[in-house]
Amino acid sequence: MKTIAELLREHPFFRDLAQADLEFIGGCGENAIYATGDYLARENEPADHFFVIRSGKVAVETYLPDRGPLCLQTLHDGDIFGWSWLFPPYVWTFDARALDEVHAIRLGGKCLREKCEGEPRLGFQLMKRFARIATERLQAARIQLLDVYGQSPPPQGDTW
Amino acid sequence: MIPRVYRIEHRREEYPGTFTLEMSADRGRPVTCDPGQFNMLYAFGAGEVPISISGAGRRDGLLVHTIRTQGLVTAALERLKEGEQLGVRGPFGQGWPLDLARDSDLLIIAGGVGLAPLRPVVYSLLDGRGRARRTQLYYGARRPEERLFRHELNQWGRAVSLVQSVDHADSDWPGHIGVITGPLQASRINGPETIAFVCGPELMMRFSIRVLLESGVPASAIFLSMERNMKCATGLCGHCQWGPRFICKDGPVFCYKDIQPWFQIRGL
Ligand SMILES: Cc1cc2nc3c(=O)[nH]c(=O)nc-3n(C[C@H](O)[C@H](O)[C@H](O)COP(=O)(O)OP(=O)(O)OC[C@H]3O[C@@H](n4cnc5c(N)ncnc54)[C@H](O)[C@@H]3O)c2cc1C
Repeated sequence: MKTIAELLREHPFFRDLAQADLEFIGGCGENAIYATGDYLARENEPADHFFVIRSGKVAVETYLPDRGPLCLQTLHDGDIFGWSWLFPPYVWTFDARALDEVHAIRLGGKCLREKCEGEPRLGFQLMKRFARIATERLQAARIQLLDVYGQSPPPQGDTW
Repeated sequence: MIPRVYRIEHRREEYPGTFTLEMSADRGRPVTCDPGQFNMLYAFGAGEVPISISGAGRRDGLLVHTIRTQGLVTAALERLKEGEQLGVRGPFGQGWPLDLARDSDLLIIAGGVGLAPLRPVVYSLLDGRGRARRTQLYYGARRPEERLFRHELNQWGRAVSLVQSVDHADSDWPGHIGVITGPLQASRINGPETIAFVCGPELMMRFSIRVLLESGVPASAIFLSMERNMKCATGLCGHCQWGPRFICKDGPVFCYKDIQPWFQIRGL
């Protein structure tokens, strides 16, 4: 069976990290399997982990009282979920629900935070990777907001 | 070039404001068209607009166009009923270079109504006229119910593997939610062996091209259809001039390598 460090090496998020770093991070990780409908995270609950999705599909959702759960984005193999473990108050801001069987590596947030505080070089490496993911998600959210597939607005000009 | 009169045989609403017309030539043989070419559709009394061919000659030699209502002319086309007539000039322009896909992985990336000019590519793969080593179709839309050709998308499985992503959906939607570049980025694209055909809103094309280049797809293997506006369609009036090219006769399908210098120029 592959070690956590070996599994991390196969994931794009950890591409090109040194073996020693992968083992260091792997020390905070464990394999996790979620059945369809299981929650990986629930809004407002403690964000003690982040997830490296190896296979399956995860819905990032929020709950609207008048509409029920609303999916904002789906994540799949090659993605990671969760950065709430990085910043106080360390609580999830969204739900994450498995849409089919999800195989993931669950990394302990507190364990990683402590390791990165003590090893700033690795901490910076991870921060750069998280910053990239956060930027990509922000870009995606902006494009979604632009509603590019909607009809063009009517031409601007004077009307009388 | 004088428009030929065509009769609307079938009209189907894809979703509100977007419809498909299947038309037959009133007299003479229907024209033959290459995937990616377009016609000028003339709504009598309103005007003429360029519209890509979304299917041709598959069923009873009918010419097929899929149109989204934008303004005066497309609204006039939307009002036409089965049995009514319109004028057609064409086909015009350079289409998709299907020959180049023969020994490559073909990646089709479509957004919204941008699937219309790409459907003939899928048809030619289905009926064996076109060939690729492996074909993947990435389709992005606003909502599941605002996708084109919903009745046939899932039947294309024989020729293409389909990945769909919408901006908004309920929990029963089996595809992805989010921008199409998300699943595209996650897919393992074999860059140097891939040829990509892209059509959709320009912003979506820009971001897709970025992902393709990062995945190692050469600029010379990325083709896109530019649907800027035009008037004469024959390279005479200059209305659709884009950099040193005319969209009507040099395009609408361009190789990204050839247009790269002015693709990013604002306002051009
Ligand atoms: C080669 C080519 C192929 C095309 N294929 C298709 C197709 O298959 N299906 C389809 O629905 N449309 C297609 N278009 C776009 C279509 O031609 C325009 O939507 C149409 O010309 C608008 O004319 P109108 O009189 O209805 O609107 P107008 O009154 O001219 O404009 C109304 C609004 O639509 C916007 N608009 C006009 N033209 C475009 C455009 N090209 N792209 C985006 N917004 C526009 C204007 O900015 C304005 O806000 C294609 C365009 C080209 C150049």
